Amino acid sequence: MWWLLPTASASTFMPAQGTKIAAEVDTIYAFLLISSLISFVLLIGGMCYFVVKYKRKSANDKTEYITHNHTLEFLWSFIPFLIFMFVFAWGWMVYHDMRKMPEDALEVHVFAKKWDWRFVYKNGKEVTAALDENMKLQPSTMVVPVGRPVKLIMASEKVNPSGNDPTDRPVLHSFFIPSFRVKQDVVPGRYAALWFEADKAGLYNVFCAEYCGGGHSAMRGLIRAVAPAEFEAWLAGEAVSTEAVAQVNPLVAKGKTLYAANACIGCHSVDGSKMTGPSFKGLFGKTEQTDKGSVKVDENYLRESVLNPNAKIVAGYPPGQMPPYAGQLSEDDILALIEFIKTLK
Amino acid sequence: MAASGTHDANENYLNHEKGLWSWLTTLDHKRIGVLYAITVAIFFFVGGLAALAIRTELFSAGETIPNLGPNGYNRLMTYHGAIMVFLVIIPGIPAFLGNFVLPLHLGAKDVAFPRLNLLSWYCLLAGAAIALTSLLMGGADTGWTFYTPYSINSAPAVVMMAFGVFVAGFSSILTGLNFIVTTHKLRAPGMTMNRIPLFVWALYSTAIIQVLATPVLAITVLLLAMENIFGIGFFDESLGGDPVLFQHFFWFYSHPAVYIMILPAFGVISELITAFSRKTIFGYTAIAYSSLAIAAVSFFVWGHHMFTSGQSEVASVLFSILTMLVGIPTAIKVFNWVATMYKSSINLASPMLFAIGFIFLFTIGGVTGIFLATIATNIHFHDTYFVVAHFHYVMVGGTLMAIMGGIYYWFPKMFGKMYHEATARLSFLGIFIGFNVTFYPQFLLGANGMPRRYFDYLPVYEPLNQISTIGSYLIGIGFVFAAISILIGFIKGEKAGANPWGARTLEWTIPSPPPHHNFDKTPIITAGPYEFR
Ligand code: HEC
Ligand SMILES: [Cu+2]
Ligand SMILES: [Cu+2]
Repeated sequence: MWWLLPTASASTFMPAQGTKIAAEVDTIYAFLLISSLISFVLLIGGMCYFVVKYKRKSANDKTEYITHNHTLEFLWSFIPFLIFMFVFAWGWMVYHDMRKMPEDALEVHVFAKKWDWRFVYKNGKEVTAALDENMKLQPSTMVVPVGRPVKLIMASEKVNPSGNDPTDRPVLHSFFIPSFRVKQDVVPGRYAALWFEADKAGLYNVFCAEYCGGGHSAMRGLIRAVAPAEFEAWLAGEAVSTEAVAQVNPLVAKGKTLYAANACIGCHSVDGSKMTGPSFKGLFGKTEQTDKGSVKVDENYLRESVLNPNAKIVAGYPPGQMPPYAGQLSEDDILALIEFIKTLK
Repeated sequence: MAASGTHDANENYLNHEKGLWSWLTTLDHKRIGVLYAITVAIFFFVGGLAALAIRTELFSAGETIPNLGPNGYNRLMTYHGAIMVFLVIIPGIPAFLGNFVLPLHLGAKDVAFPRLNLLSWYCLLAGAAIALTSLLMGGADTGWTFYTPYSINSAPAVVMMAFGVFVAGFSSILTGLNFIVTTHKLRAPGMTMNRIPLFVWALYSTAIIQVLATPVLAITVLLLAMENIFGIGFFDESLGGDPVLFQHFFWFYSHPAVYIMILPAFGVISELITAFSRKTIFGYTAIAYSSLAIAAVSFFVWGHHMFTSGQSEVASVLFSILTMLVGIPTAIKVFNWVATMYKSSINLASPMLFAIGFIFLFTIGGVTGIFLATIATNIHFHDTYFVVAHFHYVMVGGTLMAIMGGIYYWFPKMFGKMYHEATARLSFLGIFIGFNVTFYPQFLLGANGMPRRYFDYLPVYEPLNQISTIGSYLIGIGFVFAAISILIGFIKGEKAGANPWGARTLEWTIPSPPPHHNFDKTPIITAGPYEFR
């Protein structure tokens, strides 16, 4: 039965297990899979057998008049009942472990916004999505030590945390680590908590599982589980986003950082792919079609697009998607962003 | 309305009065059933096209349909979901098949409130029209669940859409009310509650949910609108509301609504299995009362949609165990249908093929429901393609298969002609195989962690998505055959006698198509509905 078997990504039905709890969940899964396979074969096999055996032979076939059978009916109600109660209790036990927060955990703060994750450690170190030297998007990557419980304290924030645009509200997201078999919604207005203990070093995907709009499927993150010593060294080191590139052209480097830090990264790509907003690639100098006619993209157009995006809406995009950044960015910031966009040929 | 005194042998409900106006103002439950059939078919076509577009976009990672973009995709999935749920599956069986069949099954001349019945149809139309005008306002992109706070931002398209759902909801409430009263008051003499056909039991249980649950949806939508328009804080945390409260309200309706969608299908299947096995139903009482049990318990399981929302562990545990309990009456029904086929005489005409297909697919939908009711595994599967696959197995593999079987079963009664059997079988093959090819891989995708409502996905998920997309085209082809088999039936179908299937319920005792007043003489009932002796 090849069709029941593994899929593209992993050698089991589920993604590689990264925690003890994942293994426990998978045992329940295996039990459910096997018992439902058996029930399915019995039931559907029986049905197919009847279909063949009792196929109508003549137009006036006689059939038996059987209305009920109490023993049979009791059995097929009671046996499923027992099985259901058994998996219920088992599922509860494992769930209880997922919910029981360990006392000595390493705490990491998670901020979710449209459409990026931001991870903040106790020493103030912060990680967001960033572009690497080759202008490739690096999803926000949380580094954690192997073999130590990690507790995430999660909150949902606005696209522009310091802004006061009334349409910019925090929305629901859900922090989902398939390899760890855990998931927790991040609800605006309160903290949500989740814990895990990675037992193997490796790189694990993080997805946003609760629909949050245009960038929902692009809202990815990574968890990099490393040996404790390596983790301590990483934690003490510089934040990734402000690396040595700064020497080449400080203004462009600053713009690149601002691009990630101000959520532009969640809506605008730098590689030409279309996200919630148009890509920045090749933007500068081209002629843009907007609802106010076509415009040549120069510094002033970019400035207006950032500060007051609804002044001219790019054709093919609904208005009101991009929050206005007027009052949020200093003149220096705007300049840096524009210089950065100009380099994206 | 013109009263009919004449009793011409050729008089029937179709030629009793002529002209479009006579249809638009009809109070005849059979004609209203046909009106619903046309409406539902049109919405199904639109929702189906959206589904094909969704699958096409997901054929490859990244953008597949040029210039669709995530925003276009999110609108597609929202309208696909909302149209299929509110305008196709919910009215599909009760309002269309139920309207036509219920009074006939009871030996009645019509439903209890014919005018209300017509009003229900207009409510559905008005609701649909309002909901679809939201497209002109930029389109809603919240998904059919309208979760706050995201939905507060997307006003006014969302408000419009929600208002449409609100109005369409009245169609559902009024139909339910009508059916409850009809079942209690208009049964033919001698037809005790233990002698009504199981389809009626199913519609009756459904009607109870429609009447009790739909108002909660209406209230929720109203609160959402008040928050949107007047800024009163119900769900918005910055105004002192609670976003999760919305989920509680929404699922308090929408979980029972799952049973509004599936219970009537159970009823259809009971009719099909007995008629085509030529055998009395096994466990009449168990099937009848399990419908009521499902209707009752279905009100107390909504929290199983919210295990990851941060609700308390106690709540999750209670919702998990109650959900398991709903599984039992559901399993009982399936066992009874299969037991009915034991020592029977099975005619594998298209309606029966769909009934067998139903049992096959619904069983998969049902057992995967247990995977989701188990809290620990739910945490992993929640909001992934596993859930998408599960509910399509239930809603499409279940309800839609039952609708198709029901259409073929009652088509000869409705129009006095047979549909075209060979193309009908092809349609079954296309839909059944296509369905499994489309949705089975989605279980694997979900188990592997692909979240739902994703415009784009990691390349590792691509092969399974491609299989799934190809399957969806097969389903599409299946439905083309279905349309052809019905069309041929209309154009040159053989004349169907009063009882082409040899079934035993009352509708088969009167001519096809039925006369305007259904029964010339009120039937007197002396036995149960499936007396194949
Ligand atoms: C919530 C999504 C979102 C965020 C965050 C966002 N934008 Fe936009 N942006 C859009 C959309 C949608 C458009 C196209 C519609 C329009 O013209 O307003 C757009 C348009 C633009 C344009 C005009 C592009 C063109 O092709 O003409 C520029 C420049 C721009 N944004 C810059 C930025 C910068 C810089 C940031 C970060 C400081 C940012 N945006 C953040 C969604 C966003
Ligand atoms: Cu999301
Ligand atoms: Cu539910």
